[in-house]
Amino acid sequence: MNDTAQIFEQGEYNFAYLDEQTKRMIRRAILKGIAIPGYQVPFASREMPMPYGWGTGGVQVTAAILGKDDCLKMIDQGSDDTTNAVSLRGFFEKTAGVRTTYETSEASVIQTRHRIPEKALREDQIIVFQVPIPEPLRFLEPRETETRKMHALEDYGLMHVKLYEDIAKNGHIATTYAYPVKVNDRYVMDPSPTPKFDNPKIDQMAALQLYGAGREKRIYAIPPYTKVKSLDFEDYPFEVQKFDKPCGLCGAENVYLDEVILDDKGGRMFVCSDSDYCEERRADGHLGPMAADPAAHQFGATQAEETAR
Amino acid sequence: MYVAVKGGEKAIRNAHKLMAKRRRGDTSVPSLTLEQIAQQLSHAVARVMGEGSLYDETLAALAIKQARGDLIEAAFLMRAYRTTLPRFGYSQPIDTAKTLVERRVSATYKDLPGGQVLGPTFDYSHRLLDFALAAEEDGLEKPAETARVEDDSMPRVTDLLGDEGLMEPDPVTDEDAPVGDLTREPLSFPADRDLRLQNLARGDEGFLLALAYSTQRGYGRTHPFAGEIRYGEVEVEFFAEELGFAVTLGTIKVTECQMVNQFKGSAKTAPTFTRGYGLVFGQVERKAMSMAMVDRSMRWQELGEEPSAPAQDVEFVLSHSDNIQATGFVEHLKLPHYVDFQAELDLVRRMRGEWFEKRRQEEEEGSAAQEAAE
Repeated sequence: MNDTAQIFEQGEYNFAYLDEQTKRMIRRAILKGIAIPGYQVPFASREMPMPYGWGTGGVQVTAAILGKDDCLKMIDQGSDDTTNAVSLRGFFEKTAGVRTTYETSEASVIQTRHRIPEKALREDQIIVFQVPIPEPLRFLEPRETETRKMHALEDYGLMHVKLYEDIAKNGHIATTYAYPVKVNDRYVMDPSPTPKFDNPKIDQMAALQLYGAGREKRIYAIPPYTKVKSLDFEDYPFEVQKFDKPCGLCGAENVYLDEVILDDKGGRMFVCSDSDYCEERRADGHLGPMAADPAAHQFGATQAEETAR
Repeated sequence: MYVAVKGGEKAIRNAHKLMAKRRRGDTSVPSLTLEQIAQQLSHAVARVMGEGSLYDETLAALAIKQARGDLIEAAFLMRAYRTTLPRFGYSQPIDTAKTLVERRVSATYKDLPGGQVLGPTFDYSHRLLDFALAAEEDGLEKPAETARVEDDSMPRVTDLLGDEGLMEPDPVTDEDAPVGDLTREPLSFPADRDLRLQNLARGDEGFLLALAYSTQRGYGRTHPFAGEIRYGEVEVEFFAEELGFAVTLGTIKVTECQMVNQFKGSAKTAPTFTRGYGLVFGQVERKAMSMAMVDRSMRWQELGEEPSAPAQDVEFVLSHSDNIQATGFVEHLKLPHYVDFQAELDLVRRMRGEWFEKRRQEEEEGSAAQEAAE
């Protein structure tokens, strides 16, 4: 790793890795995406030094919008200290030398995989999503030539049939993440594999949302304060997951929880998926029902130690 | 352990250190030099240059060393490096008729102008482990006798067939027509042949081999003959605007394969032979041949054939040929997915609950009905 650091110090790579021409190309795609909310803009995605499927789309979008004064937060599964978040944050620390943070409110750019922070985002923030499969219709129709036509004609019958069949078979819509939404009454869009719990957050969000899919070479966007509706039926309205317990560590309710298995006897604990949110609440003195449990304590302490860095 | 998944900073650092140590192996064994790799593992180097889309033997050797011999990983390193290189422009098309041929074989003619040149090949060798090689001393065996081809001209077999009108003519394209480049424009469909060939040239050898093989086993037959396979060095020229003429940048080694395929003709076209084309860096004949066969398969539409097989499905082939994309996405399943898995856990628990509840109700109803009947 040190060798790489030296290379960047020697100025062998441009600020934030990509050359300026590539960044301009990406910014054009972003602007087009903002102009047509929810529309997937093809862009000439580059090979990045991390594998496809590991966030290359998000990284390219972030690299294209990052300025020297930005403060970057990098999360994966809601947490700042999952291995890939650590690796991608390190990449921008090295190649761009920007300030990074764990605190949601401090960041100007937040790159995320699979979650949206619990704390509401502001107008002066941008959230960048890593997207594996940008096409919401892909698993109903594998051909890009067909799905592009369907979007052009606003022909979303197939998606409604799928949701209807779910209800007919299971009594409810059996999609729990990457739950399809309609943006600005026009395009059906995949909000990336965030749990549907986060779908209400992207509706009328104050922050700009950018979605980057590197391998599939697509960028799409939702401008601030845009209507985003999760697909549903009048008699089967959209619902988010509910947890019957609060966070074991900080006692938060109405947040997304991770299930942590504590032992091999069925012992488990539910904790905030958004580790920064949990940390902040605990610092403010909120305590969950499991906070005193030794196993939970150990888990919480490890997390706190990592967070403190 | 779960906690280890979170809190990766230190773990990543240590993993990198351990990887470096494992890569080096036993330090009492001398480290590989890039020259050794470039010279003695030339097929691996060629594959990495081709799939990595960057012609540089030393860099490819470095990538192979760094990747511990994982050739897809090595190609990935090459791709990530080439991303950062400035682009001056496009070279002139290489003229493979002017190849300094080291090997040239045709399966369609016993002899032909320029002759057959067997050259270095595994073909016709018995695949017996050569234990003498295990104790190989430095130094060379007596050099093989190579007959220098006196006659400079070595026309392509397809051109010979073309003179007789038996081969479909090469498509005539406008000199100034822009060349498709999927590293600069995202692939879109329908994809023209230039883009298809570029995609195949960068594609995974194993994937193309399997597809080509499938056409031989009846999934979209193309009746191919290896019209010609040639391997050698060819000059790359670049047209310098400032000078007003093309200058030679250097030479590259390429393998070119021209497949000759039967074509019954259609209402508009007389029966003729058709082409499948393969061109790759270095001596990678397996891939050049596979590429040519898959190229021909994907031409079903322009030739008015019926599509029926995977190898003919342009969108399927081009979308899945790139092993850097494929390996990234397959291996990304190693990343944590616990947020989505949590959502699925919740759903499966709920659906199981409903299933058992429904069955319990049915049993109750069943026994109640039975009691009523009694």
